[in-house]
Amino acid sequence: MTAEPIIEVRDVHVTFESKRARRKHAAPARAVDGVDLEIMPGEIVALVGESGCGKTTLARTLLGLERPASGEIRFRGTPLPHSTKGLRTYRRHVQIVFQDPTGALNPRQTIYESVAEGLRIHKVPGNEKDLVASALSRSGLRPPERFFQRYPHEVSGGQRQRVVIAGAIALEPSLIVADEPVASLDASVRGEILRLMLGLVQQTQVAMIVVTHDLGLAWNVADRIAVMYLGRIVELGTTEDVLEAPKHPYTRALLSVVPEIERMEPQILTGEPPDPTRIPPGCRFHPRCPLVVSGVAAELGILERCQTEDPTRVQMRTGHSVACHAADLDAVPGPGPTPGPEPAETAN
Amino acid sequence: MTDPTGGAFESARDSALAEVMAPDPPAPGSRRSLNWSRRRKSAGEVWREFWASGQGKAGLIILVVFVAMALLAPLITSSEGLKVTNALGNKQNAPPSWEFPFGTDNDGRSVLTLFVWGARISLFVGIAATLVAIFIGSFVGIIAGYAGGRTEGVLMRVTEWFLVIPFLPLAIVLASVLSRSLSTIILVIGITSWPGTARLLRAQVLSVKERTFVERARALGAGHGRIVGRHVLPSVLPLVFANLTLTVPIAILSETTLAFLGLGDPLRVSWGQTLGASFAAGATSIGAWWYYLPPGLGIVAVVLAFTLCGRALEEVLNPNLRQR
Amino acid sequence: MSTASAADPAASERAVVADRPLLDVRDLHVTYSSREGEIPAVRGVSFTLRRGETLGLAGESGCGKSSLAAAVLKLLPQGTKVEGEVLLDGENVFTMSPGRLRAVRWTEAAIVFQGAMHALNPVWKVKHQIAEAIQLHDPIGDKAAQARVGELLEQVGLPGRRADAYPHQLSGGQRQRVMIAMALACKPHLLIADEPTTALDVMVQAQVLALLEQLQEDLGLAMVFITHDLSVLTSCCRRLAIMYAGRVVEEGPSHAVFDHPQHPYTKALAAAFPTIGDMRFRRAPLGLAGDPPDPRELPPGCPFVPRCSEAIDACSDAEPALRVAGPMRSAACIRVEADG
Repeated sequence: MTAEPIIEVRDVHVTFESKRARRKHAAPARAVDGVDLEIMPGEIVALVGESGCGKTTLARTLLGLERPASGEIRFRGTPLPHSTKGLRTYRRHVQIVFQDPTGALNPRQTIYESVAEGLRIHKVPGNEKDLVASALSRSGLRPPERFFQRYPHEVSGGQRQRVVIAGAIALEPSLIVADEPVASLDASVRGEILRLMLGLVQQTQVAMIVVTHDLGLAWNVADRIAVMYLGRIVELGTTEDVLEAPKHPYTRALLSVVPEIERMEPQILTGEPPDPTRIPPGCRFHPRCPLVVSGVAAELGILERCQTEDPTRVQMRTGHSVACHAADLDAVPGPGPTPGPEPAETAN
Repeated sequence: MTDPTGGAFESARDSALAEVMAPDPPAPGSRRSLNWSRRRKSAGEVWREFWASGQGKAGLIILVVFVAMALLAPLITSSEGLKVTNALGNKQNAPPSWEFPFGTDNDGRSVLTLFVWGARISLFVGIAATLVAIFIGSFVGIIAGYAGGRTEGVLMRVTEWFLVIPFLPLAIVLASVLSRSLSTIILVIGITSWPGTARLLRAQVLSVKERTFVERARALGAGHGRIVGRHVLPSVLPLVFANLTLTVPIAILSETTLAFLGLGDPLRVSWGQTLGASFAAGATSIGAWWYYLPPGLGIVAVVLAFTLCGRALEEVLNPNLRQR
Repeated sequence: MSTASAADPAASERAVVADRPLLDVRDLHVTYSSREGEIPAVRGVSFTLRRGETLGLAGESGCGKSSLAAAVLKLLPQGTKVEGEVLLDGENVFTMSPGRLRAVRWTEAAIVFQGAMHALNPVWKVKHQIAEAIQLHDPIGDKAAQARVGELLEQVGLPGRRADAYPHQLSGGQRQRVMIAMALACKPHLLIADEPTTALDVMVQAQVLALLEQLQEDLGLAMVFITHDLSVLTSCCRRLAIMYAGRVVEEGPSHAVFDHPQHPYTKALAAAFPTIGDMRFRRAPLGLAGDPPDPRELPPGCPFVPRCSEAIDACSDAEPALRVAGPMRSAACIRVEADG
């Protein structure tokens, strides 16, 4: 069944310019530098990458909190509004779950008020108390009445995140953006929150984008993974495809340093995650790419292309696309995973 | 404005108060650190902690005594005692006695009467001027902090302009141009005190604006009005209150200065005016200590009381300031 | 282990010294006093560490691992109650004179703190901060200190010119390396790393971990690595200790503990870090209900009972002690069968 995508992102660019940079005629930071993405209802897409890769900026742009410099974002076929009023209506349908649940809740508001806020802003019809109770209950805080009068500091971190989630689902959005939803929580508590999120998606068919640097988390919950580097999606595919048979050298490197991965030699990239104001020419990854650094790219005869041509994302298999010159070639030598069993097609 | 403490008071106040809402850096998994100071305190809790601190208790008690005295002035002595014409029969500059517990002034008026009724004016002017300053300062500060951009730039330049206006020359000019009345005094003190509040609040609003829960409100679809009203204001109001408590003593001292110099309303007796009159009458050289000590000590006591309260309030709102 | 000859007292003394563990924690209890009452952060922890050994300490908030780290160098806040002993190379840290303690701090053992990014003074250049650490213990001249700073920066993989930078000019990973360089300034034998890679990107985290492993090899450092990220510990630490509610609940060789956990908490903690490629974790996040316990409100008996899926009635009777659970392994659970 082909449903309509909830969100369509077409060649979106988001740039940041600080006043100081403009004075020094420095280049603006190209946080999101040409992204194409589609998200279907009921699916969870993980945006994975290091700091500076633009995943958070992209997520915020989808929420209307940042304006793209160019490109188009469509929600259910209609482009994103720019007016304040239009954005307010839009925000009813797209909600965010923050990384830090403690900071995300106003310490002076009771839990009831925090959850009811969205309902009041959008003047959602119905009995407010019932709606709040229902949202809290669906987030696993039962009995909900017990939490009405509590303040955020009176409950635990995991419960706070549930309150934030309750506030988001109270509006019954079509898309939820979760920015590192469990990074600030204790490890033993994460599973419950992730399970809650999975459950919500399965029950309500809400689409979810999870921004994270944690590949394990992506393996846990995501249907598809988009690996970002310096503002671009360099690899996109089902979780099984991307994590079991990664095609992009960056994905391979990220995977190789995950501590439990024994099947890959750790490829520790040198240097820091690069600067979005100084994007290298050609393939943006080429200065750090293990294939280039080790000479394999030269061997394959693609070195010059890597240095001068910006690769576009090419479809490898249904649903799995990679932006890499080496991926165009059949055989890609060098450290890589042992091929696993053929992953099943994503059903949707 | 002239601050007798040379600005030390103000800068200490500003820097300490600015810490009240400093956000903690997020630390994964350490939600229960011992310094959980960002919790919202209910009014009841604030009061209890305030009362528990020695400073707060002492300051408040002193304040209550003086305010009660000021309010109950008619019951203590008659205001007729302020009129010079009624004092013609009295011995001038007489030391304290049963009839005149604080002695008499140069005109034969009872210094106790002057003291009790003077408290009214000093306190009234101090509080009123502070309210003017706080009102203007909060308005400007919050708008500047929230709006940002050019609005903020313009407002802050205006603030700085008012900040550098010298207090005394302005007071003298205004006193000569406008009528010499209490309203003039309140106006002068008000317009020279608000910049401090404005800067403080702008800084606080800037930091609150960046807090995640404000962004959440925005993501939920809240408009500016709602964000300022429901999220920004409640977070900065405690700061305003503490600031207020610490600005009153400055205002009182300013009024004292103006009255001492004779720029105040000549018909109104205040502590500053009494001090000025005692100085003009040469009370120090003739040894009439009862003339200048009561108003002087009164000022010290009230200023101290407000300061103690203000500091206690700060510490309650920001436990980080407490000495362990 | 050397056998001393009875005829040579000096040799037998040396042997004793060589056998002596570098760090010997004996039944340590750390209790904070706060306005809300007493908070027992550490409730009876014992372990030893020999020269060159590595120990990973894993646990979540409230388990007491950071308090333990601070206790080793007596860096606890004033008024904290401490019981038990912490022997650094035979000397009890809590009975040392202040002078001796100051001398020992940083030269015997050094800590790389949690949130190291914020532990650097923003108005001093990095080289001066590292030099300060050196000169506090050994007042060599400025020039000599700077030379040593250069050496240290090289050891941690930072280019020498970075010494002139202010902390805000460095990235998170670089600041962490500076912290490590500072910790190594006085050539300690023991390095305690408290969450050194939290808040770093995965690639930078890998870099820092590789650095720590390499330093540990090159310098023969003993290391205590504290973190909540269990997966990180298996690669760089030989032994692992899991803490919960102020106690060690499981201990043993890292791979054995991670791959075959015995204590229910360890099982849950290990399961929270899914193995990529393992279909059992696919769309099946595993975690524990409830939250890590509040040290002030511990239930009777085993503190893990409220969240334990294998709890039986007897678990609430008394807090289980560590019992043998395999070769060189122990776990504090009454359901663990002693292995041989």
